[in-house]
Formats: sequence, structure tokens, C-alpha cells
Amino acid sequence: MAVGDEQMNKARLPMRRRPLSASLAAGFAALAFLAVLAGVALIGLAWQAAGQGSGLVAAFDPYLWRVARFTLVEAGLSTLLSVVPAIAVAVALNALPRFRGRGLVLRLFALPLALPALVAVFGVTGVYGQHGWLAEIASVLGSPSPPDIYGLTGIIIAHVFFNLPLASRLFLTGLASVPAEYWRISSQLGMGPLARFRLIEWPAMRRAAGGVAALVFMLCATSFTVVLTLGGGPKATTLEVAIYQALHFDFDAGRAVALTAVQLFLTGITIALIGLAGRPSEEGFSIEVRSVREDRPPPVERTAASVLIAATTLFVLLPLASVLISGFSADLGKLLRQPAVWRAVTTSIVIGIIAGALSVALSLALVAARQAQARGNAGRRGRHGLEWLFASGAGLILVIPPIVIGAGWFVLAIRFADPYTLAPFMVVTVNAAMAMPFAVRVLRPAFDTAAARHDRLCAALGISGLSRLRLIDLPALGGPLAAAFAFSMALSLGDLGTIALFGSDRLVTLPFLLLQRMSSYRTSDAAGLALILAILSLALIAAADRSIVRERSQ
Amino acid sequence: MRRRDFIRTITAFGATACLGMAVPSTASASQARPKLTVYTYESFTADWGPGPQVKKAFEAQCGCELDFVSLTDGVALLNRLKIEGGRTRADVVLGLDTNLTSEARQTGIFAPAGIDTSAVSVPGGYKDDIFVPFDYGYFAIVYDTKAMPNPPKSLHDLVTGDPGQKIVIEDPRTSTPGLGLLLWIRSVYGDKSGEAWKSLSRRVLTVTPGWSEAYGLFTKGEAPMVLSYTTSPAYHLIEEKTDRYRAADFPEGEYLEIEVAGMTKHGSANPLSKQFLSFMISPAFQDVIPQTNWMFPAARLSKPIDPVFDQLVKPAKTLIFPADVVAKNRQAWIAEWLSAMSK
Repeated sequence: MAVGDEQMNKARLPMRRRPLSASLAAGFAALAFLAVLAGVALIGLAWQAAGQGSGLVAAFDPYLWRVARFTLVEAGLSTLLSVVPAIAVAVALNALPRFRGRGLVLRLFALPLALPALVAVFGVTGVYGQHGWLAEIASVLGSPSPPDIYGLTGIIIAHVFFNLPLASRLFLTGLASVPAEYWRISSQLGMGPLARFRLIEWPAMRRAAGGVAALVFMLCATSFTVVLTLGGGPKATTLEVAIYQALHFDFDAGRAVALTAVQLFLTGITIALIGLAGRPSEEGFSIEVRSVREDRPPPVERTAASVLIAATTLFVLLPLASVLISGFSADLGKLLRQPAVWRAVTTSIVIGIIAGALSVALSLALVAARQAQARGNAGRRGRHGLEWLFASGAGLILVIPPIVIGAGWFVLAIRFADPYTLAPFMVVTVNAAMAMPFAVRVLRPAFDTAAARHDRLCAALGISGLSRLRLIDLPALGGPLAAAFAFSMALSLGDLGTIALFGSDRLVTLPFLLLQRMSSYRTSDAAGLALILAILSLALIAAADRSIVRERSQ
Repeated sequence: MRRRDFIRTITAFGATACLGMAVPSTASASQARPKLTVYTYESFTADWGPGPQVKKAFEAQCGCELDFVSLTDGVALLNRLKIEGGRTRADVVLGLDTNLTSEARQTGIFAPAGIDTSAVSVPGGYKDDIFVPFDYGYFAIVYDTKAMPNPPKSLHDLVTGDPGQKIVIEDPRTSTPGLGLLLWIRSVYGDKSGEAWKSLSRRVLTVTPGWSEAYGLFTKGEAPMVLSYTTSPAYHLIEEKTDRYRAADFPEGEYLEIEVAGMTKHGSANPLSKQFLSFMISPAFQDVIPQTNWMFPAARLSKPIDPVFDQLVKPAKTLIFPADVVAKNRQAWIAEWLSAMSK
């Protein structure tokens, strides 16, 4: 027996070691990719800063501080106007757990997050712009036209459009965790809406509130497309857009470096705050949010809730409807006959596919490495640092906004080559890295479950390495992989930050073409392109959603 | 099974796509017709701009392919050249103005034109070994008489006027009219320009990256005033038979812009570059300018210019900075502008 055991151990050792080292190597490769992408960008910026000398100090001028202040004010107001109403909307949705179309409303609230920012901007101007629906209604009624939306107003409207529905869903998840008895007891005790809010609803949401606010603040402080298109000049410019302008308008690398330093400081602090406040529950990203509230609130409350839900639904629905209506009334036939449009669509899809595949491959490597490391670490102390790195390495990319990565590579590339020849490479890699935090989030639970299920079997059968990946892991992970891929591709499809910096006549993606048509006020063309982009993105998101749902139901 | 197919399809698609992206470059290299690449600004190559007619006329006489690459506006052209440096693909760069020539020369990528420029005739008699003028004009505030019965009577009027009456201006970091207004205000207000901009910023509806965006917003009725040229009303008079849009006449004078083109060192190896520059100051090119680019021609036309051009506002005083003064101060003045405009 003793001899047999030893032989078995000897036989098992190399078998166990190989899959471990293969996944670890892949994980390290993925980490190296992220490190090189972000590290080289920062080195490029630092190098530029060193060469700038006193010019760098001069770049910290009143303009920079005003841009930083505007970024804070804009993000602060957007957060306030998204999060506070979202609390009320979540309470209202929770108070009416069973009305016709509730599922549809919740689905609708998930849409803005999936929509490319440029499409949303198009919808928002279609409703609130100088020639939008609101202005038309106002002119029919003979009332003065609404104030112009370029600047702070437009930026905030667009940001609230994105984040109010998101925050509502996140808060609703918090409310859904309240046990059913609480509601029954509160109605038995005859609690009024205020008391109920103070004693039940707010405590349930408070846990999420800090995280939700920090998340929304982060999204608004780093929003690029919305500010670029609705900004309207130096008065309404955020750090992200100012970095782009410093490089693209001014060719002023010193200013870009100074702005980047402030931007990194700001995102760093926000991420730290998110860490302190606790990340909002990820359940909010799923479609179904069930409410357990069984009591019937009094009619006044129900009416107020209905009105609030209807108003919010309208607020989210109108810009989407505007995109649809103006898109279909555009001359789509003519648009689709333009070779430039087809080139842009093809370029976007090709970039999206490569970026999506790269993102999924790298994320899978990270997830597998983390799992392998966790297995190796089980019951052992120490070496958890590596496991942590594999787990959160992808998330670190969120600290460094794509425009900063682009800017770093751009200033570095200028020294050696024409940066525009780097464009396809940059757009693909930055898009892939950008999608990784989301891809990891989709892949990790499925991978860990599959690993727990198959590890012993594979070890017993001696299946390892690539053959295990091919025979066991890939088939089991098909759904999540497809979902992660579709989601990554959709993100890449909507990207404007990197392409705005690196795009040129030689590389035109669909959002880039849309921006060009929008900024030359070829509105009808832009409407058609916005519709095409919206349909492509939403189809991908729907595919991702279905893959996940199918996987769960299996 | 279906999932494996899905993954396989993606891989195959990706590989084909990569190949597909690589193929066109080799295909175009094997094309027989010689090619001339000209960098210019967007409103030049627009359907209604001079680009299409110029392309047709030049291709008819050169047996070549004229390829325009268009950027937002003139200053964006210079920025792009600075980024691309000696690696630029441009043979000829068309659309810088005399405010930028000094900086453009410093990039070291331009070569002397080496053509006979005796046909050129512009105010002040501009002469340069590298840059050849192709048109000129005076910046002006163009206003809509319907929306603005009482236009500003002077630059001072414009700067201090009613903030409810808006103007669309161009960004001096990307556009030559934007830079023109910056220099115009600088030449009138001198060291007090920062305050003038602060005051004017109350009236600015939006700052666009290029001229075509700004003029598009203006004609759509978004604002009653726009920064353009004294020659812009000629378009509305000739094409639309309306005198609704007019240029304001300021006693302080109007700032002169002479638009130029230059050949790059890369382009000096291409015989078509010189041919294009000579063509540019010949009647075949110049005839197109007044009624497509809506600027004054820089050389003789084959037929007299439309008399409408004689009815336009004539500057009380022609303002212009020497190119080296602009080159030395441009960045500082733009920083001042940014600071004043962001308040």
C-alpha cells in the first residue's frame, strides 16, 4: 500500500503541475498585457513631462483648474440629480410590485447602459435640443423655447439619462432584499410613507447608496463622448475632453500630461471612495428584479408612485424614440449606398470582433489563473497576493481611463512613428482592455463553478492543458464566453475615446463617422448612422443577455 | 456542438478580417495612375466647396489621381503636420494661412515651391519661397437681418453688447477663422484682450472646431451672428438671391487672411506637386474660388468676377500681424483665450 501510494503521488505530480503552470503562464501573460498597455502609456507621459521642464508647471494654469472644477461640479450635479430621484423611483417601483408592463419598464431601464453614448447624445438632442421635440411643442404652444442645451444643461441631462435608470435598478435590488414580513408589519402598524421610508426603505438602500453614488460619480467624471459633443467650448470641458483637445487641437503634450495627472488623482480618489463605500450589488445588472412587497399601499401613494414611474419611463423612452423615429425617417437607402458607411461598419465590426476575442481570451486567462492559484493556495497561508492580482487586475484598468492610455501611447509614438499608423493596434487593444473588467465579471462565476465540477474528474482521467480547455472547459463555458464576447464587442462598437484620438481618414469606425456627420450638421445622415449603431449594439447586448439567461436556466 | 461552431466562426471571421484589412494597401499600390495627395480643410472638399471642381479640372490635365485628405480646418492641418512630421503622406498642403506660415516653416517638412508666382496678386503683396497664396478674404461678423435688426456697429459693440444675442465662433486651436478673431481682437485690444474675451464670452453660443460647423449653425438659425468673412454675403446674394445675411462693418478695421498652399519635402519627389501649385494660380483653379470657396481670387480669372463681390463691405482698415509675431505668441494668446473663455 505504502509503495502504491508513493507511485500514485509520483504519477500525479507532473499531471497536477502542468495545468497549473499553463494557466498561471496565461494569467501572467494577461497581466503583462495590461501592465504594458497602462505602464507604457504612463511612461510615455512621464517621459514627456520630464522633457517639458518648466513648461509643465506653466501647464497648471487657471484654465486647468477651471477644467478640474467643472469636472467636479458637472459630475457632482449629475450624481445628485441621478441618485436622489433614483431613490424615489426605486421606492415607487417597489410599492407597485405587480402592474402591467413592470417587466418592460425594468428592461427599458437597463437599455441606456447598453447604448453607445453617442447614440444617447443624439437622442437627447432630438428631444431637448434647439430643434428638438420640446422646442417644437413650445413653439406650437407659443411659449418661449427651452434654454439651449449646449454646456452644463445638456451634459447633465445626458448623464441623468444614463444613470438614473441604472441607480434605480441598483436601489430596487436593495429594497427587494427586505423580508416580506417587514412590509406586512409596517402596514399592520399603520406606518405612513415617511415612517416606512425612514424605518424600512432607507436602511435597506443606505448600504448601497454610497457605492451607487460613487459609481455614478465615476461614470460622470470620466464621461468623454457626452462632454465632447454637448460641451460647447472651453466653458464646459472636463479633464478627459481637455486631454483629448490638448493633443488633438493644440499638440500641447505638456498640458496633456498635467491634465492627466489631475485626472488620475481624481479617479484614484473616487475608486478609493468606492472601495470604502462598498461596491453596489452586481445583481442590479441583471434583468429580473422581483419585489416581495405583498401589502397594498393607500391610493394616494399608489397614484404618486404611478406618476413618478410614468414620468421616469417617459424620460428614458423619449430619447430612444427620437433615435428610432429620426433614424427611420433618414434616407437609409442612400446612406447604405455610400461606400464610406459600409467601410465604417465593416471596420467597426472587425475591430469589435478582434477586440472582443482578445478581451475574452485575456479575461479567461485571468480567471483560469486565479482559479488555479486559489486551488494551489487552498489551506495554505501566503501567496494570496497573486490570487488577488489575478482577481482584480482587470479592474485596475478602470483607474486609468482609455483616453489617458491613448494619450500616453500617442505622445510616445510621435517620437518614433506616425501615431496614426498605430491606430488599428491601439483601438483594438484599448477596447479589449476596457471590456476586461466586464468580461471577467461574466466569466468568473461560471468558470469557478465548472472548475469545481470537473477538476477531480479531469485529474482522474489525466486530461489537462489545452486538451482540457478544448474538451471540457470551452464546451461548458460556451454560454458565458459568448456573452462576454458579445458584451465586449458591443463596448468596442460604441467606443469614441480612443478612435477620436487615433482616428483619421485611414481608420474610420462607425462612431467616428457618426461624430463627423454630427459635427458637420448632416443631421439626417447622423440620424441614420445612430440608428445603425444602436441596432448593432442592442442586438449584441440582447445576445449576451440571452446567453447568460440560457446558461442559468440549464 | 453549436457553441464550438460559434467560437470557430469567430476565429475564422477574425482571421479573414485581418487579411482583408491588409489587402487593400497592396491593391492600391499596384494602381497605374500616378497619385497626388493634398491635405486640406473640410469646407474645401465639401460637395459645395471648390474640391470637386478642382479635382475634375486638374485630373483632366494631369492624367493622374488627385486625392484630398480633409481635416476640420486650417489650424488642424498644421497640428496634423506637426504630429506626422517628416513621415507625412501629404505632397501638397492647401489651406494654411499667413498667420501659420512661420510655424509651418519651422516644422522643416516644407520644400521651396520653385514655381513662377508672378501671377499672384494679393493685398500687401505677399511673397514667400515656400508658400503660394490661392485666395484671400477679410474676417467679418456676419449677421441675420431678420433676427438682428440692430447689428453691432463696431468691434467694441460686439464685445460689450446684449448677451441675449448670441454669436457662433470657431476654435482658434483648430480653425483659421477662430485664430483670425483671436488676432483681430488682439490687434484692436492689445494687452486688454483677455478682458475683451471675457466680455465677449457672454455672447458666445458655442465654439465649433471648424468654419463649416459654425456657418451651418448660423444658417440653421441657432444664432443671429457668426464669425465668417466679408465675402460670405456674396453666397447668399448670388446663390439664394437674398440680402438677408450681411457682414458688419467695423470702424476698427477687419483682419486679413491670405490662404496659402505649400509643397512638402516628401511631395517634392512627386512632379505632380509643382504642377498642382502652378495649376492653383492659373485661371482654371482661380475661376472656381470666388463662387465655391467664397473668397477673393489670388490671381487672374478668365472672366470678370461677379459684380456682387464689388458691393461687399470694404474694410476701413486692413489689420494683420507679421507671421513671426503670431508664431511667437500664438500659444500664449491661446492660453489667454482659454482662460478667459472658461470663466
